[in-house]
Amino acid sequence: MKYLRLEPKRPRIGVFDFTSCEGCELQLANHEETLVPFLKAIEVVNFREVSSYKGEDYDIALIEGCISRDDEVGRIEKIRAQAKVLVAIGSCACFGGVNRLKNAYNLDEANKEVYGDKPKSTAKVRAIKEVVKVDLEIPGCPINKLEVERIVQCLAFEVPFNFPVYPVCVECKQRFTTCMMEKGQLCLGSIAQAGCNAPCPAGGLGCWGCRGPAPDHNFEEFMTLAKQRGFSEKEISERLGFFGGFEGRR
Amino acid sequence: MLFKTLTKKDFRSLVEIILQSNEVIGPKKSGTNKDGNPIHKFLPVAKFEEIDLGYQTTEFSPKTYFLPYKENLSTYRFENGEWEQDIRYRIQPRAIIGMHACDINALLKLDKVMARDKFPSPYYVSRRRNTFIVGIDHEPAEKCFCQSVGADTVTHGFDLFLTDLGDRYFVAINSDRGFNALAKVDAKLVTEKDSHDYLAVRAKIQNSFKTKVRIDNLPNLLDIEFESDMWKKWGNKCLSCGSCAMVCPTCYCYGVAEHVSMDFTKGQKVKQLHSCNLVDFAEVAGGHNFRPTRSSRLKYRYYHQHRGFVEAYDEPKCVGCNRCGTVCLAGINPPEVIADLQAEGHGP
Ligand code: SF4
Ligand code: SF4
Ligand code: SF4
Ligand code: SF4
Ligand code: SF4
Repeated sequence: MKYLRLEPKRPRIGVFDFTSCEGCELQLANHEETLVPFLKAIEVVNFREVSSYKGEDYDIALIEGCISRDDEVGRIEKIRAQAKVLVAIGSCACFGGVNRLKNAYNLDEANKEVYGDKPKSTAKVRAIKEVVKVDLEIPGCPINKLEVERIVQCLAFEVPFNFPVYPVCVECKQRFTTCMMEKGQLCLGSIAQAGCNAPCPAGGLGCWGCRGPAPDHNFEEFMTLAKQRGFSEKEISERLGFFGGFEGRR
Repeated sequence: MLFKTLTKKDFRSLVEIILQSNEVIGPKKSGTNKDGNPIHKFLPVAKFEEIDLGYQTTEFSPKTYFLPYKENLSTYRFENGEWEQDIRYRIQPRAIIGMHACDINALLKLDKVMARDKFPSPYYVSRRRNTFIVGIDHEPAEKCFCQSVGADTVTHGFDLFLTDLGDRYFVAINSDRGFNALAKVDAKLVTEKDSHDYLAVRAKIQNSFKTKVRIDNLPNLLDIEFESDMWKKWGNKCLSCGSCAMVCPTCYCYGVAEHVSMDFTKGQKVKQLHSCNLVDFAEVAGGHNFRPTRSSRLKYRYYHQHRGFVEAYDEPKCVGCNRCGTVCLAGINPPEVIADLQAEGHGP
């Protein structure tokens, strides 16, 4: 199907999961009404959620999950060597995600807590970019399928995709949502990257920053105003640490 | 201006008649804030009781019913090498009940920008023409400074405008539509007592403004203090979140993006409101950003409100509703920013 007389490429895509909940992969297979054209616009070479075929000749690798075991390092390096474009999808892949909370504990203790007397190999959680070069990051927990569709369209025409550079507040206000801070809740929306369409405040929950910081976010002022509103340093820090996107800022 | 009076019961009947054939928008209580105060929003109402005319202010301005945050400007389809375009800007008739004078004045300002003779926006004009507006007087909220910018009274731009006289409304009629609507209920001719009571209520309102902002010579002062450090002080606080422009009844900046369907057969031109405080507002092709700092962006927002618009239309763009100051998490608000600027102007 041509668009403006241009023939889109069908990017050859492989989807691979590392330490994650598979929520992002599921998101890729979501949004039924456009799933058929979505799967037509790409060539699925390797994606176990939609096909049992396991090809190795993909150009674009979508990576879900973080690196939290030593054996994952070799696997991601192999994928990196094959892929022309490597895309980290979801907060786990982009920042380490909720899994990163583990890094606050002693690894042996964490291992024991989860696996009891049958310990497994485990390592400190790292985002994909801390292990191999990443070409594009699509943040979110989970990723927003509509955004992924637009990114795939850009990949099909080999044009750059522009993420919104503003914070979540813009999308929140545009949904007519009452500000959670006004209601007395903590919300990271004013420093977090938009693109999710602010579902959390609309559902009555302050933003947890799953998409990480907005470019040029005003961290200092955010800390000042959050403390002025009576939120403790501990509460703010925990919120900032939840998805790992604000690592190094708290 | 033509005036009549209407009992509260008849006003209710009037709204009920309007409800029969229009979508009706009114100030609705939509929750309470952290201090236990009610939060109001202009929302669609199904019954007269849902409208709370006693509201002080609304979190969002009613501008969204004229300039939606997101709007499909055109849909186009491709088929066999051909393409066709579909543009729709007709809307169903709508009535907004209970707009304050500042918000109607805001529409008059938007009219100047969006409904000008040369390049009127058909999208805006169709909404404006198809919206029946019933305004209402009210005692100013603590932070309102509409009086300072001449937006506390309004003489046109609405269909009917009410002033509460206790048991009845004093109604200003500004259109045929308004006149005809009133004819459907038992509106009364104005007596001398009515006029007297109306003027007394107006005088009371006029004298109850607590927040005052001096705007005389502001355009020149803004030019003189272009390099002032006070812009850095306030700018460093700014989160570049755009909330101020989103709730402002007169901010109209926007961007247009193309949304293509997943099967590449359809596209839409979608307009989305933007704000001059957002980091990419003045970024141009090639990547240069003319306003890379928060302080320069915040400064220019004030320049548009109180200098640029004055030069173009002889009046400030700001109507003094202070919604921007209320929503700003960083506490950036026009009365304080302008007072700071004036303090700078007085020199050391
Ligand atoms: S980002 Fe969230 S949804 Fe996606 S895999 Fe990680 S935990 Fe699951
Ligand atoms: S709820 Fe959060 S995202 Fe929404 S306007 Fe308030 S701070 Fe911004
Ligand atoms: S002035 Fe306030 S509301 Fe406006 S962009 Fe800056 S922080 Fe946001
Ligand atoms: S330039 Fe800024 S102040 Fe002026 S209309 Fe646009 S958003 Fe509002
Ligand atoms: S600039 Fe602020 S006070 Fe002025 S009209 Fe806009 S929201 Fe209201």
